[in-house]
Parts: sequence; structure tokens; C-alpha cells
Amino acid sequence: MAQTADADFKTRLQSWLPKLVLSPSLAMVLVFVYGFIIFSVYLSFTDSRLLPSYGWAGWENYSKLWRLSHWEISLTNMGTFAVLYISICTVLGLSLAIFLDQKVRAEGVIRTIYLYPMALSFIVTGTAWKWFLDPGIGLENVLQTWGWTSFEFDWIKNRDFAIYTVVLAAVWQTSGFVMAMFLAGLRGIDNEILKAAQMDGASNWNLYRRIIIPQLRPAFLSAFVILSHLAIKTFDLVIALTGGGPGRATELPATFMYSYTFSRNQMGIGAASATIMLMTIAAIMIPYLYVELREKK
Amino acid sequence: MRLYLKTTVIALALTAATGAVKADGHGGVEVLHWWTSGGEAAALNVLKGDLEGQGIGWTDMPVAGGGGEQAMTVLRARVTAGNPPTAVQGLGFDIIDWANQGALANLNDVAAAEGWDDVVPAALQQFAKVGGEWVSAPVNVHSTNWVWANKAVLDANGIAVPETWEDFAAALDTLAAAGVTPIAHGGQPWQEATVFDAVAMSALGPDGYQAAFIDLDPEALGSDAMKEAFDRMAVIRANVDENFSGRDWNLATAMVINGEAGFQMMGDWAKGEFLNAGKVPGEDFLCFRFPGTQEQVTFNADQFMMFDQGGAVSDEQAALASAILSPSFQSAFNVVKGSVPARTDVSDADFDACGQQGMADLAAASESGNLFGSMAHGHANEAAVKNAMYDVITAHFNGEYISETAVDELITAVELAQ
Amino acid sequence: MSIASQDTAIRTGRVTRTLIYLVLLLFALFYMLPLYVMVINSVKPLDEITGGGMMNLPQVFTLEPWAKAWSSAQIGVDPTGLRPYFWNSISMVVPAVVISTVLGALNGYVLTKWRFRGDTILFGLMLFACFIPFQIVLIPMARMLGLMGLAGTTWGLALVHIVYGIGFTTLYFRNYYAVFPTELVRAAQIDGAGFFQIFWRILLPSSGPIAVVSIIWQFTNIWNDFLFGASFAGADSQPMTVALNNLVQSSTGVKEYNVHFAGAILAALPTLVVYIVAGRYFVRGLMAGSVKG
Repeated sequence: MAQTADADFKTRLQSWLPKLVLSPSLAMVLVFVYGFIIFSVYLSFTDSRLLPSYGWAGWENYSKLWRLSHWEISLTNMGTFAVLYISICTVLGLSLAIFLDQKVRAEGVIRTIYLYPMALSFIVTGTAWKWFLDPGIGLENVLQTWGWTSFEFDWIKNRDFAIYTVVLAAVWQTSGFVMAMFLAGLRGIDNEILKAAQMDGASNWNLYRRIIIPQLRPAFLSAFVILSHLAIKTFDLVIALTGGGPGRATELPATFMYSYTFSRNQMGIGAASATIMLMTIAAIMIPYLYVELREKK
Repeated sequence: MRLYLKTTVIALALTAATGAVKADGHGGVEVLHWWTSGGEAAALNVLKGDLEGQGIGWTDMPVAGGGGEQAMTVLRARVTAGNPPTAVQGLGFDIIDWANQGALANLNDVAAAEGWDDVVPAALQQFAKVGGEWVSAPVNVHSTNWVWANKAVLDANGIAVPETWEDFAAALDTLAAAGVTPIAHGGQPWQEATVFDAVAMSALGPDGYQAAFIDLDPEALGSDAMKEAFDRMAVIRANVDENFSGRDWNLATAMVINGEAGFQMMGDWAKGEFLNAGKVPGEDFLCFRFPGTQEQVTFNADQFMMFDQGGAVSDEQAALASAILSPSFQSAFNVVKGSVPARTDVSDADFDACGQQGMADLAAASESGNLFGSMAHGHANEAAVKNAMYDVITAHFNGEYISETAVDELITAVELAQ
Repeated sequence: MSIASQDTAIRTGRVTRTLIYLVLLLFALFYMLPLYVMVINSVKPLDEITGGGMMNLPQVFTLEPWAKAWSSAQIGVDPTGLRPYFWNSISMVVPAVVISTVLGALNGYVLTKWRFRGDTILFGLMLFACFIPFQIVLIPMARMLGLMGLAGTTWGLALVHIVYGIGFTTLYFRNYYAVFPTELVRAAQIDGAGFFQIFWRILLPSSGPIAVVSIIWQFTNIWNDFLFGASFAGADSQPMTVALNNLVQSSTGVKEYNVHFAGAILAALPTLVVYIVAGRYFVRGLMAGSVKG
């Protein structure tokens, strides 16, 4: 019966179509992301120097990696940077969103001003801040010529403080975006609950603490994901702002991996460091993803 | 939504049309380099014009940043993708590494026809001729153990050109007492390594330098002479101004030019800055070898490595190599750049006094076996070791280690890098 | 489908409001300061800059640095300025943004309205792929592009950006479609509508806000990318960011800061315009369930 066969074919096509549509993306991700990750992990066990080479080297790259003080510095910096960057961005973003939510006049303009830094490339941000923070021609010099002669702000040249300048520039760049996310979250909160609580005599402070902020949980988690992802990938900013310096004071794992692979001709060690980076990312992201996606069901 | 979709379709069609214009094949030469400004770019333009006069197109592929670091990344991507550029700017051991990968072209035909073996110094040939095959065309020879001084400042303080380290240290004290910054320095790892290069040569002597930096002998790396070298670096550290960190090298040179500082230890590319400011060697500024290294020349040479394009060396690639080593280009380029030609048979007529001294020193050192590849610029050991040394030198300079620790760290770092 | 954009029910007294305005203003200054510095220093002659006074208004106003950055600054051997690279960027960014957005929409549609076993895991896989640091993929990607014959072409670079943008666009659309009433889809199915018809007629028309979010995000990231652009573009398809990098990172010669700043702003202009014009849609799109998790 032609008609039934036709209908059968159509239904079967329809049931395969979604998977068919999804498959190009999936294939791309499997090959270009997971395939490459496997390749990179494999490289970490080889003797690659200038280019990939396939001689087996066992754990040698890893043992060398952990003996490098350079790597230790990168990890410490990553810890400092990530903790400060994520927490400051979150707090700042939330606070600004709460303030901006208060029926402020010119909200559109202010919001645009907070958001625009995200539009800039890290090269632009790094160049601008590098100038701004330079003691000779930047803020220190300006305030000194304006009369505050004892003002000092040479963090970017100081081995102990340089990493904080990276935090500063990175926060400047992305806190506006975090604010936008929280603002969107705040706007989605049901007013009826608030009004009811207000009638019960709750203060603004308590309203925020007990009702609003807990309801922002999805936004907090999204902010955390996006900020961690940006923190781990921070590379262009460091290169443009400090070049990893002074000395190695602002090296991060991403810049470490890059320099060891591409200019120090120690691709095996670079791959090892990349593997460690990936493991760290997985350790943070997989539990989060599991919790989030499980709830969706 | 119809509008959205219409726009999408139009956009796609448009970009399909533009995107269909694929990258051109190599009708001429494609050159990857990081000379993106000032004098070098102008000098490279000379080469370009030269080739265009021969009817050979020049496709420029500039990638600045990190003194070539980004360019090297791009190079790896290109080689891995299977379409390497015709010529790539390169230094020292990087060239040897690429040659060992079998990625470079064999220029022996061109070299034989033009007699390169006879005119390029032997120590330089080590980096341009690998396994008996010429693989790159040297553009110049820089020398790194120079000191540049402001003559007026020295005269005002009664300082003569120092011959020994002790003289130098005394001169530093005199300048410090007079309120002048004794040494203009830019706090970047490669600059610290450049200074260390000369200081180590003065402390270790040529044999020690060879053993420590070229042969990577741990005993030489851990010797008392090495510790002395680090001690001398500490003295230098005490004689730079407090804003040195991160300063670009040409800004440090500017300090010497306008009399804020007395000395700068820098390679001969610094000379270009003096000349651009209208200063005359011998009258406004002095150039002399670092005290204790007057007989030696530590060099580094910019070269263009020629990449194997599959098959025989093309006429264009050969023409490029030939043009680079032509005496006229060598003279024209190096007069501007501050370095000396890579051929010993180029006349020094167009060069200034410091350039002429440089050429004479190069020839003499080559004869007497005192021509050494600069550790700081990748001509003494490979990239991994060089960078490992940078780490230790710069950490020591910035106060992270004392000299004894620095020596130990140096041995460990070199070991981990191999 | 719309979530009511409502004013907050919180009430604030006058003192609090003044405080709020003050804080908001202070931060507006914080965000504007670097841009201000860049702009006013890009219209000063060079000697005014080296003389100091980063924040001072220009004594001599000149647009020459802008002209120079656009058409005559030294980027490589030739003093071409940024202009030729502008078009390179556009012809690479537009297809990449469009294709990755379309794919993201389709993926989001499939993952939320055509559930099948294991689809959450697949989504998780795609999402996790967002986090891969790009330096890791440079070498293997170069090899793949070479094998596919796309090395050094605009399309090769666009493909790279599409691949690494799909995770994000899928995330945005999937979260958006997740709160889209499935009953409408079911009703349409009963009426006999097929896979694409439902997408075309029902979901797409209401996808405006999230499409804007996706396009803005992708446009910004791809336009501002440096690493892929430098590594995978051929000599005649180098994007703007590579040219800008060559301009500001030159290691020799006089540093013309004013030209650097003018160039940096020029390079950022398209994305800035996009954010300023479409900014409010951005927040609206975020609100409509996109990144609520």
C-alpha cells in the first residue's frame, strides 16, 4: 500500500531528522574538541619538541613540569586571579544590578556604559590599561602633576602586585556583562511575593537577603560558569597588559602552555600543562553540569 | 522573522561570493616576519622593491609581538597545515631545529653560484648551513657585547672608556655620586639576558663561555666564575633607576641620548636610535666593547629561512635568497639597521665609525676564534635552554635569588630544558 | 512566551536613592575612564603625549592619527593602515556568526522539542566543549585545515570559529526554547506540521531576543579573536586584530601612541556600535530565559 509506506517513511524520517540535524554539530564537536583533547593528552606522553613527534616518553614531561618553578608560579597566579576575578565580578555585578534595578533614570545609558567594555578585544583593553597603569605616564604621573605628589601606583611594575592589575583589567572588562545577567534575573522575579513580604513588614535588606538573592541562584551559577571559563582562558589580556611580567609574575597556565609549546620548543611539556588545565576545568565543570542538567529532566 | 531569514540568506550569499576568493597561489614569494615598524620595515621594503624590479611579487605576512614569538606560532600552524611561507625570519638555533625537521629548502645551488661559503663567516655558517646544506640567507650580523655611552656625561665626570670590570664599577660609582643614573636598563628578560651575556663573557672568559653556554657543561655552569658573573649583575642592578621594570629597550637608549644616564649595555641595534636622533659616534656618543670582552664578539644574525615548497627550489625563492646576500642589499640594509653585513667582502665605506669598528671586530674575532653565538639571542643553545636561562637571570636580577642560588637554579633549569 | 518586564517592588527613601545614584555614577566613571584616555590621546600630536598629561584635553586637536591608523600606518612592509584588514574581518565574521547562530538554533530546537535518549548527555558534551583553551587546538586544527584544503582561506577561519562557537549558541537557544511552551509544538504536530515547518513557523518567529544575544556574543568573540586569526589566515585574509597587534606591538621605532589608540578604537568600532545599538535587546534576550541556567 503505497500510502502507508509513504507515511511510514515520512514518520521514520521525522524521527531520524532531529538526530540528523544535530549530527553535524555533534560531529564537529567530537572531532575538533574531544578528538583534539585526546591528541593533546597523547602528545603529553611523547617527546615532542618543535613539532608533534610520536616517540614515547612516559611520565617524563609531567615530572619535569612539576619541577618547574615557573609552573608553580602559573598555578598560584591562576588561583589568586580566579578567586579574585570571579568573586569581585560577582559581587560587583550583583550590586550594580540591584542599584540599577531601582527605577533609575537614564538606566539605558548607564547600562550601555557598564556593558561596552565587553565589546572590546583584550588587545585593546590590555593596551589601554597598560598605559593607564604605567607609573611614568599613567595614573601615578597624572595625580602627581595634579598635586598629590606622594601618590604611588606602580603595581604593574611590581612583582608582588602585578597580578592584581590583571584582575583589575579583567574585572573592568566583564563585570558589566555579569551585571546584565543579574539584572535580567532580577527583572524576572515575581513582584507578588515581594509585595506580600512588604505587607508583613519586611525591610528592604531582608527582602533582598531572604527572597531575591536566593531566587537568583540560576543567575549565580551561570555567572560562575561564564566567569570561570573566561578566567581559565585568560591569555590575550595578560599578553597585552604585562607580557607575563615583570619576570614571570603574571604568568598563567594558558600563557605558560603557549610559551612552552610555541617559543620554548618544549611541546611535550606544553601538552602536559594543557592536560592538567583540562583536568582542572573538568573537575569544576562536570559536577556543575551534572547538577544543572539533571534538574532539567 | 521573514525579514530575519531574508537577511540571513542575502548575507550568506554575499559572503559566499567573497569567501570564494581563495588564497592566491605563490606566484611570487611570501615572507613571514615581525619587522613591522620603523627602520627595519623600511629596509625590508628595499628588498621588496628589488624583487619587484625582477618581476617577482612580494606577499607580506607580518606578525608582530614578543620578538617573534607570535610569528613562530603562526609558522607552526602554516607548516602543519602544509602551506609554509616561502621565507621566514628566524634566528640561530630555531633555524637548525627547522632544518632538522626537514622543513627547509636546499639552497646549495644558489650558494655555489654566488660563493657563499667563502664570504660568510664560519661561526655564522653554523646557523645557515645545516648538514652540509645551505638553508637560509643571513641578512646581517648583530653583536651584543657593546656598551653605549653619552660622551658629554662621561667627560663631565672625568671618566675614560673603562678597560676592566673594576674600572667600570668605579665609573658607575662616580656617576651615581654625581646624580646621574649610571646604567639605563629596560627590565625585560631578554634585555637582562643581553647584559648577562657580556658580563658572563667577561667573568668566564671565552673558554668558560663556550663550556657553560654552548656545551652546557654543568661544571662550568656551576663554577665560581659563574657566581662572579651573577655578583657583577647584582652590582649592575644596584646602578639602574627605580623605573627600569618593563621599560622598552629604545626608551632606555633615549635616556642615554639625552644625558639622563651614562651607559647602556645593548646590542648594536641601539646605534640606530642614536643616529636617528642626529648623534654622531665619537662626538656625542661612544661605542665600546664591554670591559673584559674587547677581543670577543658575541653575535646574533637575522636570517630568512627558506621553506621547502615541495619540489625543487623555485626561481623566485632562489632570487630572494640571492637578493638578500647581494653586497648592495647587505650594505644598504645594515647601514640603516646598525648591524654589520653577513658577508665579509662588503666595503665599509658607507658605515659610520661604530659600524666600521663592528665590521673590523667581526673579521678579527672570526680569524682568532673569538666569535661566539650570543646566549641571549638563541645562538649559543636551543630555545628551551635559552628561555630557561632567561628565567634564572631575570629572577636573580629582580632579587628573587642570591648569586649562589642563581647558580644552582641555572644548573637545574638547563637540565630540565633538555 | 514573554516574561513581563516589571519594575521592582522595592521602595527606597531619598537618602538611599542619592547614595545609589552616587555609586552608579562613580562606576560609570570607572568604566569610561580608559575609553576617555584612549579617545583624547588619539587626537593629540605625539609630542603632546610624550610630554605627559595623559588626562588633559588636547592643546592641539588633530585627526591625523586617525587618518594614519586607517590608511597609512606601518602594519608590515607596506604602510597600509588598518583599512584593508577591515574587509577581511567582515568577510570572515559574517558567515561565521550567521552559520553558528543558525546551527545553534536548530540544535536548541532539537534538544528541547524532540527529546530522545541521551540528549542531555549530548548537550553536556557540547557545553563542556566551550571550555577548551584555544592554544591546545592550534596545531591539530592546522593539520585538519591543511587536509581539508582550507588552510589560509577565509572559509577555513570561519569554519574554526563556527566549530568553537556552536557550544555557546546551542546553550543560548536551548535554554530559551526550554521555556517555550511545548503544547504549541504538539498542537502543530497534530495538525501535521513537519520538523522544519514547526521550526520555521512557530519557534523562529519568537526567537528574536535570543538570536540577538547569540549574534552579539558571537560577533564580539569572533571579531576580537586574535589567536585563530593570526594562525589560520593567509597573508591576504588576515583579520583586523592581527593588523592591530602588528601596529601596537612593534618592537622598534618610535611608538606613536596616538596612532595606536586611534587604531584600537577603529578596530573596536563595529563591536562598540553593535553593543550600543543592540544593548537593550541584549538584556531583554538574557531575561527571556537564556542564561538563567
